[in-house]
Amino acid sequence: MIALWWRRWLSLKSQGVLGMNRRNHHYISRYNDRALYPTVDNKLLTKQLALEFGLTTPELIGVVDNQHDVRSLAELLAKHSAFCIKPAKGSGGKGILVITDSRLSDNNSLEFCKSSGEWLSLAALQRHVSNILAGLFSLGGATDVAMVESLLRPESSLENYSFQGVPDIRVIVFRGIPVMAMIRLACSASHGKANLHQGAIGVGLDIHSGRAINAVQNDDVIDVHPDTGVDLMSLSVPHWDRLLELAMACQEISGLGYLGVDLVIDQHAGPTLLELNARPGLSIQIANGAGLIPRLKAIELINKPELMSRSSKLDFARAHF
Amino acid sequence: MRHSKTPLYILVLILLISGISLTWQRHHNFQVPWLPGEQQQVWSVEAMVEFNGTGEPALVSLALPDAQTGKELISEFTASPGYGLAFAHKDGVRRAEWSVRQASGAQVLYYRAEFVSDADLSVKQTAPLLERSPLLTGSGPQITVARELLAEARQRSADAATLSRELVREFNQQGEAAALLKQGASREQWLVALLSEAGVPARIVEALELEDGRRRSQLSKYLQVFSDDEYLLIDPYAGLPVSEQSLLLWEYRSEPVLDVIGGRYSRVSFSVLEQKLPVRDIINQRRDHSSGLRDFSIHLLPLSEQALFKGILLIPIGVLVVCLLRILIGIKTAGTFMPVLIAIAFIQTSLITGLIGFVLIVGVGLLIRGYLSQLNLLLVARISTVIISVIILIAVLAVLSYQLGWTEGLKISFFPMIILSWTIERMSILWEEEGGREVLTQVGGSLFTAVITYALMMNHYVQHLTFNFLGLQLVIMALVLLLGTYTGYRLFELHRFYALVKRK
Repeated sequence: MIALWWRRWLSLKSQGVLGMNRRNHHYISRYNDRALYPTVDNKLLTKQLALEFGLTTPELIGVVDNQHDVRSLAELLAKHSAFCIKPAKGSGGKGILVITDSRLSDNNSLEFCKSSGEWLSLAALQRHVSNILAGLFSLGGATDVAMVESLLRPESSLENYSFQGVPDIRVIVFRGIPVMAMIRLACSASHGKANLHQGAIGVGLDIHSGRAINAVQNDDVIDVHPDTGVDLMSLSVPHWDRLLELAMACQEISGLGYLGVDLVIDQHAGPTLLELNARPGLSIQIANGAGLIPRLKAIELINKPELMSRSSKLDFARAHF
Repeated sequence: MRHSKTPLYILVLILLISGISLTWQRHHNFQVPWLPGEQQQVWSVEAMVEFNGTGEPALVSLALPDAQTGKELISEFTASPGYGLAFAHKDGVRRAEWSVRQASGAQVLYYRAEFVSDADLSVKQTAPLLERSPLLTGSGPQITVARELLAEARQRSADAATLSRELVREFNQQGEAAALLKQGASREQWLVALLSEAGVPARIVEALELEDGRRRSQLSKYLQVFSDDEYLLIDPYAGLPVSEQSLLLWEYRSEPVLDVIGGRYSRVSFSVLEQKLPVRDIINQRRDHSSGLRDFSIHLLPLSEQALFKGILLIPIGVLVVCLLRILIGIKTAGTFMPVLIAIAFIQTSLITGLIGFVLIVGVGLLIRGYLSQLNLLLVARISTVIISVIILIAVLAVLSYQLGWTEGLKISFFPMIILSWTIERMSILWEEEGGREVLTQVGGSLFTAVITYALMMNHYVQHLTFNFLGLQLVIMALVLLLGTYTGYRLFELHRFYALVKRK
């Protein structure tokens, strides 16, 4: 038993797999200044910052910041049928409600369709917003505001790979240099959500080209999408260079040394910033079938990599990863 | 941005060295053994006298307990700054007498005694002289009724014990008669008068119930009934003899427990602490109680605070367990230190009752929360509703279990209700978002951690070490600091990243 664990330990160590303790101790607490957290933990502030620097983000339909406005939610949503309600300070995808369609029900009240296909009443939507305001989804239960954003339309070449939900791309940027990337695809098992621990598919992407290199679901390697049957290894993310540029720009404006950038490729707007994460998860290693530590160590050897130009950062990433 | 680890290691080293040397010094200089070893039960009892001075000279007289059957007095001491103190002996009766020229404002005086349990010790007590009580002299309706009760009881009794039992039964059954008698004197006084009338010497004694960790408790009255050289302690309401083992007779000469001249609102309350001391220590009686800072230990505090600290000093053990399980193993818990609070509750309730109670409360709480989520309430109001439901639930469970004769169930009220309500809310959200499996993982992880913490906190050796060696707290702190620098894999990560192991 102990010998088995020990072999696993050595195997992980030799591949340079990053564990939770080491991530917190060596990277997050060392390279992420706490004073910078509020900007990334609050999606509204992230959005303001991104707009200031001209980075693309989803269109903001409105913000509900007090209980009184919850009643006028219907007016805010009247002109939109596809949108997304998020807690500004939510973490780990908690409290995000994706609405793909709306209609008038039999008794003439509004109804909304979730990405999973389930229909919700206006009252249920209002309750969700109330919960967001009370801080149910925010870190430490602090009071929060609800953001309503227009829904992004995934790029047509990616549409086939995702069953419900918009595929999003996570890039880990360390000291300005993109080190690892994956695309997360929703499937029926994950109920339209793109979080790996909820059963979504993670596909590791080659930093050089944006092509798939490995795919996992629930920590097991797979080749085809379980719902659509599409060969996942044929996946190739379009606009790859622009996407990496955006990820690096996000690192520059946020100032965080160890950052997870979540992006979506919109049909019209191209690469769009969804949110930033100061404590990015470790599953990206399983999706890529590779450990993070060797890449992070290579960057730590460079003197002040933050000062390199974007193109030389890209060159470095392409040459090494 | 690279931080040097050296300052941390120096801090850890300082903590370890000072912690270990403090511990060793306490072992070496004060002969505190490492292991509980062969021990005897020692009861520390403390009387705290409080009164408000009137600005005039004050004289406080407190009855003192003495060696008695099964319990030997090994030491006693007082804390009463500014007061003159004398131990008065009069006809074999001991009293502590404090005096001061001027007492104004709130005054607190302490008296503490230590008794060692000794089953072989037998102390004879002299029976009071048989004489007719002033209650029964003359005539009147009360005396007539009292004599009738005695006559009834006497018919059904054979000896002193049965007579007292039947007398108490008469008092319990003849409600009207008892009410009439109560106008003249207390039930205990009547019982003593009637027993003496029947030729059985008896008196009222006040005794302290010996239960570890009791604070601010009061003395209870019992009847001491003599037959030949032996005596029995009778509960004046149940009529049955009570075991002397768990009682300390405090006042047994029919005198007032506390007498204060020159003070108002005087009262006395008692604390009890059970200690296990090595036999050698008791024989030598070397424990020096006036040593000041040299012997920096919890034993310098008043007893009621010691009883409190006995529990508080165990909390770092729980915190260490949580650190170990989260950082080394990677167990998920609902709320970081919630398991420690649950473990503390388990100590009060006992493990099985605690586990059943926890599962019941959280389970029913989740059902109630599930219904509340349909009512469209604001978060704060919803959690408040859950808190109130949990309290009602606890009350109902307590009453039900008492009715069913399961008194253990009463202890369910020791659970930290507000923390539990938050747990219920968080678990309910978790259920909606991540599914029941995640809830089970977290609740299971919390319970697992709580049970391990409980087992350690209840351990005889752990209790002995934390209570007697304050220096160990520094050692625990050093361990926690070291854990804070651990960057290896968590045990669960070896499983989580298994896909990567397989690939290779």
